[in-house]
Amino acid sequence: MGIEFDHVGKTYPDGTQAVRGFSLSIPSHSTTVLLGSSGCGKTTLLRMVNRMVDPTEGRVLVDGEDLADAAPVALRRRIGYVMQNSGLLPHRRVIDNIATVPRLNGVGRREARERAFELLSVVGLGESLARRFPGQLSGGQQQRVGVARALAGDPNILLMDEPFGAVDPLVRMELQAEMRRIQTELRKTVLFVTHDVDEALALGDQIVVLRAGGVVAQAGTPREIVESPADEFVERFFGAGAERRTLRARPRPEGGWSVSDGAGRPVGVLDSPPPAESA
Amino acid sequence: MDWVFENRAHIASLTLAHLGLSLPAILLAFVLSLPVAIAANRVRPLREVIVSGTGLLYAVPSLPLFIVLPVLLGTGVRDRANVIVALVLFGMALMVRSAADAFDSVPAEARLSATAQGYSRWGRFWAVDLPLAAGPLLAGLRVVSVSTISLVTVSAVLGVQSLGSLFTDGFQRGIVPSIVSGVVITALLALVLDLLLSALGRFAMPWLRTGERSPR
Repeated sequence: MGIEFDHVGKTYPDGTQAVRGFSLSIPSHSTTVLLGSSGCGKTTLLRMVNRMVDPTEGRVLVDGEDLADAAPVALRRRIGYVMQNSGLLPHRRVIDNIATVPRLNGVGRREARERAFELLSVVGLGESLARRFPGQLSGGQQQRVGVARALAGDPNILLMDEPFGAVDPLVRMELQAEMRRIQTELRKTVLFVTHDVDEALALGDQIVVLRAGGVVAQAGTPREIVESPADEFVERFFGAGAERRTLRARPRPEGGWSVSDGAGRPVGVLDSPPPAESA
Repeated sequence: MDWVFENRAHIASLTLAHLGLSLPAILLAFVLSLPVAIAANRVRPLREVIVSGTGLLYAVPSLPLFIVLPVLLGTGVRDRANVIVALVLFGMALMVRSAADAFDSVPAEARLSATAQGYSRWGRFWAVDLPLAAGPLLAGLRVVSVSTISLVTVSAVLGVQSLGSLFTDGFQRGIVPSIVSGVVITALLALVLDLLLSALGRFAMPWLRTGERSPR
């Protein structure tokens, strides 16, 4: 059943309308990416799922339960949350940061730490980092700890708010690959917010492209959106109508194909002729 | 030095009396300032009024306050309680602003993230806000401690015993070593307490000892 947004709207007391009439169904055990520019309401939508923001219209349901009836604090302890710049508590060692939610749920210190050590390896970090403070880690390491912390309470739902937005591109790709690996193992219901098209394509089972005000421009699989964008807005967002994703292949003298984008900039090499239909 | 040596028992008992007045005052000023500071931060439009208002208490001359307080409190002029109450007020005048700034300095993203992990408001205060404000809180506390140790001496004029009595007696009876030792011991006491607080801070806040922060 997953997460269900049912005609959700959010108007702030000053009259700003962040989101209006948003409906979306997010299936369990898959990754849904909310993709849009800043100010499109994607973070607002994400935070409705753990009641950091309450909608002023409509309902949000998790596994059929209307969240308006859920106690916020208890709800947040069973939903993982990863944010940009990790949001780790600077005064807690890495291991204790990861153990946060189990400790809040009343798990004993030793047991919580044992679980936290397991999670360190799940996110690809060595045990040697356990006793460090967040300020002693690199940005990429901090984000990994952030993911481990979100997983520690063994939540069904993982909310990720541009979690890899502040690390350099190489580390970001590493983290995305790691996230895909973790997701094939753990199969959480992931709601992922980003403004990065490549990130959305790399991680989303379902991508929801948003316009300002949380209006859905298009929702579909990455392939559907790239191959048949619903309108000019989506086309422009993906750079498909322009030059970026319109690729051309030319035979190379050495064999294989040389691939360039619409503007003629080389982007890579194909070893063999492209197959007629991929499997 | 002979005078100090001969009167060492007297000096020791005055030092104890001095601490007996200043330590409760420092502690109370600190503890009472926290809720005032939090309230000031929470009610934004009143923040400056509350913070500056308590700050103005420091402008009240200490001697008249020592004399007016017994009238307000209904205690005797030589009651130690008057002295402590007056010192608490002066301490709060310094501490409320420090505390309000300290709680304001807690990174918003740490608070947001703590809420998202499922901390209740009260739980977050103890686990996140207080420890992350502890650095600047301690800085404020150190100022209050030094200031209070020195202010206590004024109470000697009223006849409440403290290291200040070494000045008053020294002046009345023309004993220079008494005056000098009063000044020196008061300063030493302030210094020792300050060092203790600073050591306590280093011990209690290991995350501030880790050198420079790595870039995000």
